[in-house]
Amino acid sequence: MSKIHVTTTVNGDPVEFLADPRETLLDALRNQLDLTGTKEGCGTGDCGACSVTVDGTLVCSCLMLAAEANGKRVETIEGMAKEELHPLQRKFIEHAALQCGFCTPGILVAAKALLERNPDPTDTEVRYWLAGNLCRCTGYDKIVRAVQDAAAEMRQDHRGAA
Amino acid sequence: MRYHTPTSFADAAAIAASATGTLRFLAGGTDVLVQMRAGMVQPDDLIDLKHIPGVDKIERTAEGGWRIGIAVPGIVLGGHADLVRDWPGVVEGMNLVGSTQVQGRATLAGNLCNGSPAADSVPGLIAAGATVTVTGPNGSREMAVEQVPAGPGKTNLAKGEVISSITLPPRGKNGGDCYLRFIPRTEMDIAVVGCAVSLRLEGDKVVEARVALGAVAPTVLLSEACAKAIIGTTLDDADLAALAKAAEGEAKPISDKRGTKEFRIEVAGVLARRAAKIAYDRARG
Repeated sequence: MSKIHVTTTVNGDPVEFLADPRETLLDALRNQLDLTGTKEGCGTGDCGACSVTVDGTLVCSCLMLAAEANGKRVETIEGMAKEELHPLQRKFIEHAALQCGFCTPGILVAAKALLERNPDPTDTEVRYWLAGNLCRCTGYDKIVRAVQDAAAEMRQDHRGAA
Repeated sequence: MRYHTPTSFADAAAIAASATGTLRFLAGGTDVLVQMRAGMVQPDDLIDLKHIPGVDKIERTAEGGWRIGIAVPGIVLGGHADLVRDWPGVVEGMNLVGSTQVQGRATLAGNLCNGSPAADSVPGLIAAGATVTVTGPNGSREMAVEQVPAGPGKTNLAKGEVISSITLPPRGKNGGDCYLRFIPRTEMDIAVVGCAVSLRLEGDKVVEARVALGAVAPTVLLSEACAKAIIGTTLDDADLAALAKAAEGEAKPISDKRGTKEFRIEVAGVLARRAAKIAYDRARG
């Protein structure tokens, strides 16, 4: 079976690799690029643990072939913290919005995508946006509170910078 | 598996027509990749249609309708203010499919070709009178959306044929549409019953109507009886009751883990009534 040459950008870094035609973006990230922050939960697009953005759109990396990422811009959890933790990451720790942590990378990536589109969401909007991210530990309340607290801080920072 | 990236629908159709093994087209992939993962489908040839120019575009037609590319994902449809203003029912149906992540990939054409009787985007397309352009090895033809599904998981497309665009007619004045579904929770579920209504008014009177029912038969149904029940009326309580009765009469569902036959029949009537009322209010503006 011939492999497909994939050239893409992951968290700002140009990368290239050879993908099996059936290989998902999730498997390529984890097994070829050693970016294991993106988790495999269900592998069928139900749980959201594998959430990444591709050209700025939130997707399940298990529902996309690695070959489809050719020429695209991929962002994963590894690209979230810059010099310091992202406000969402900090607020998840402060609010204890995680227990086992397996869903957390996907939820952080999804929440970041939400706040980029909507910096001031209602609780209902947060819950609907994150409906595709399953968490079996927290009961979601702490997650929603952490997202809202991070959003408030980011709005404050934005005003401060303006 | 051979992964193809043709740059025209003619090339895609030619590859499909000459394929001898299992073939799948790839748009958003939210069904195909799940089927591959589950081992339900092991394609010998996978044709990715996203390298074809125009598949990611939403454009006005010369007549004032809309042409939607086959790779436009739900999140882009939902973000298109002019399309949402014309056909809110079509867009709300698509936007009910899956999670935010699935919306980032899933397409109208994929939802239609997956052939599920419970597909949330299909009743809205049918009620709207949408058509698809089908490209095959011998050229292109137009099909009404209601002619595409043949039964659960099956379509009426011939070997080598692929949907190359979706066309919504001009909305015109005083029109409104709506899609409603019943699920036992608030999000992330498959329709137990779905219903879409599109209608046009003159004054307070319904002069045109199309009603489609989902998940109550092997394919999504276009119901003439339901349309007849409300054309010429002002959707008074008696008219809505007649519509509900017509929808109950059209529903031929099965009983399964998501709902019994009796329950589905009753819900078909309830949803038809509610969707018609919302479409009516939207048409009045």
